[in-house]
Amino acid sequence: MTFQAILFYLFGAVLVAAGLAVITVKNAVHAAMFLVLAFFTAAGIWLLLYAEFLAITLILVYVGAVMVLFLFVVMMLDINFAKLREGFWRYLPVAATVAIVMVVEMALLLTSKSFGLATTAAAPAADVSNVKSLGRVLYTEYLLPFELASVVLLIAIIAAIALTLRTRKETKYQNMGEQVRVKAADRLKIVKVKSEVDEAPAASATSAGEGSKS
Amino acid sequence: MNHNIILALPEVTLLILIGGIMMVDLFSAPEKRADRLMGLAVITLLIVGAAVYNPFVEARFAFNGMFVVDGMAAVLKVAMAACLLIGLLYSRDHLEKRGLFTGEYVMLMLFALLGMMVMVSANNFVTLYLGLEIQALSVYALVALQRDSARASEAAMKYFILGALASGLLLYGISMVYGATGSLDIEQVAKSVGFSQGNTALLAFGLVFVVAGLAFKLGVVPFHMWVPDVYHGAATPTTMLLSTAPKIAAFAFIVRILGDGLAGMAGDWQLMLVFLAVLSLAIGNIVAIAQTNLKRMLAYSTISHMGFLVLGILAGTNNGYSSSMFYVVTYALTALASFGMILLLSREGFEAENLEDFKGLNQRSPWHAFLMLIVMFSLAGIPPTVGFFAKLSVLQAALEAGWVWLVVFAVLMSVIGAFYYLRVVKLMYMDAPVDTAPIGGNAVAGSLLTVNTFALLLLGLLPSGLLELCRRAIAASF
Repeated sequence: MTFQAILFYLFGAVLVAAGLAVITVKNAVHAAMFLVLAFFTAAGIWLLLYAEFLAITLILVYVGAVMVLFLFVVMMLDINFAKLREGFWRYLPVAATVAIVMVVEMALLLTSKSFGLATTAAAPAADVSNVKSLGRVLYTEYLLPFELASVVLLIAIIAAIALTLRTRKETKYQNMGEQVRVKAADRLKIVKVKSEVDEAPAASATSAGEGSKS
Repeated sequence: MNHNIILALPEVTLLILIGGIMMVDLFSAPEKRADRLMGLAVITLLIVGAAVYNPFVEARFAFNGMFVVDGMAAVLKVAMAACLLIGLLYSRDHLEKRGLFTGEYVMLMLFALLGMMVMVSANNFVTLYLGLEIQALSVYALVALQRDSARASEAAMKYFILGALASGLLLYGISMVYGATGSLDIEQVAKSVGFSQGNTALLAFGLVFVVAGLAFKLGVVPFHMWVPDVYHGAATPTTMLLSTAPKIAAFAFIVRILGDGLAGMAGDWQLMLVFLAVLSLAIGNIVAIAQTNLKRMLAYSTISHMGFLVLGILAGTNNGYSSSMFYVVTYALTALASFGMILLLSREGFEAENLEDFKGLNQRSPWHAFLMLIVMFSLAGIPPTVGFFAKLSVLQAALEAGWVWLVVFAVLMSVIGAFYYLRVVKLMYMDAPVDTAPIGGNAVAGSLLTVNTFALLLLGLLPSGLLELCRRAIAASF
């Protein structure tokens, strides 16, 4: 067994174990951490396949960005896991049947000759850089899809802002511009109150006092 | 490296103008914003429509064969821009009264057009998929923009989740096709399928997923679950947008993938399409009878119309494609008129979306009732409206391709379908009005609706011009 094969089996074993742990551990944060481990080992397998760019992207994008966001969400949401697990045993027979059928089907498909999966691609020469060739086709041959992908992102930005940025009536936010532009006359309002000394001096004194307070 | 960017001039112009609208929206005073947005959107659509190339020259390629400008693309781009323009003119008042006429709405609408234009011009699976995503993402957001309505949020959620699933299916299928043929370029795929060089089992497996994804996007049974809920839940202008231009783009999408790329597997996909067409015609027409909400009824009507569209495509001949193209363009025009009528009869705080709201329309306004009569006749396919000729040409194409039983079935189903369209006519002319408020509406929208409806009649009397245009466009493309 070559060193590469040993590495493959090592990564493969850790990947499968981590994948199983993701769906079996009870704590959602632990599950997310196991998913991170699964991504790392998958990246290792991709490295063995000479796909170093994909491996790096997987770690940067998924581990670095997606999983962090995911952890935030898991921590912020108050999910009632007991309720989610309700009826697990009741649905198990149906779910297990579906799962077994799918496993058998996939096994039949993946092992059959007609899919042509038995042949493997030849390993590239040692001096071929994955990153360089990807970069080259991305900006030349795939220029149009690259630009279109940027439009997709622009739409996502516009849509996300349009859907979340709303002025709610009940929020008491401060309008800085108006605060700066305030004039002295806006703050102090002088109300002329007619004196009613002539009629009932005692009553008018209290009402005037109340008037100045309000 | 031959980019030939000039061929993508309409798309580039559209993108730049959308950027301009974004800036104007940002720096406009609130009281001037709506007028400016409207003006700019109309100008943008006119410019884009005018920038499209002559359809009758042979296909030209850009961006290394990723992008194609041919007859079908040119004609459909103009049709889609026209759909958006008419739709915008109909819906401005309605949107403004509900506080939805914002910069984002207009921008997302135009982005959806950009995505659809890329879809009809794509010559590579990657470009096709990205065009589809641009369109879909914009439309999901448009449905969701009406945040205060629980129904709209529900519709947006359903649409988004099912749409993402369908995109996943489509992408999975495309990856199989790539695995089998070794290329994403439609011409290359067609070549290797034609010489049966590829791995046929893998190809057939991929085809199943591709057809499922396409069927979802078109909204045909059994992938139609989202259609009634989204049509009902979305604001009417969004529903109108959803039922017109995206159907045209979806037609081009299907013809490019199945008719062009996977033409060598026509035997396989024809059977799948037969299944889709039969189910759509049956379920669309029969379930529509039970609806009391006009928008839901029109949603089921769309499903059955898409069944007819599929009928033309599955003929697999140029004649079939061109009659399907005629069908989808005229269907979009009819759908515009029907939703335009709902918009015209709605007013602040009231949506004329239930069948009841159309009771006794003849007594309230004979003119509007007459227009609605023509629209319903056209949807039902009663001569002399254009709906009749569209159905006729599709059925002829299917008959030529030898699908006799399917044609008989489609005719039977459209007879059943005529019932619920004629029910609307009966409600308008024979029942007493429930709602007695005067019919208002914008003068521009009102006269445009009249023109639109009479176009249905005119195209029904003289269909040969548009039919010939579709025929020549398809002939120039394939």
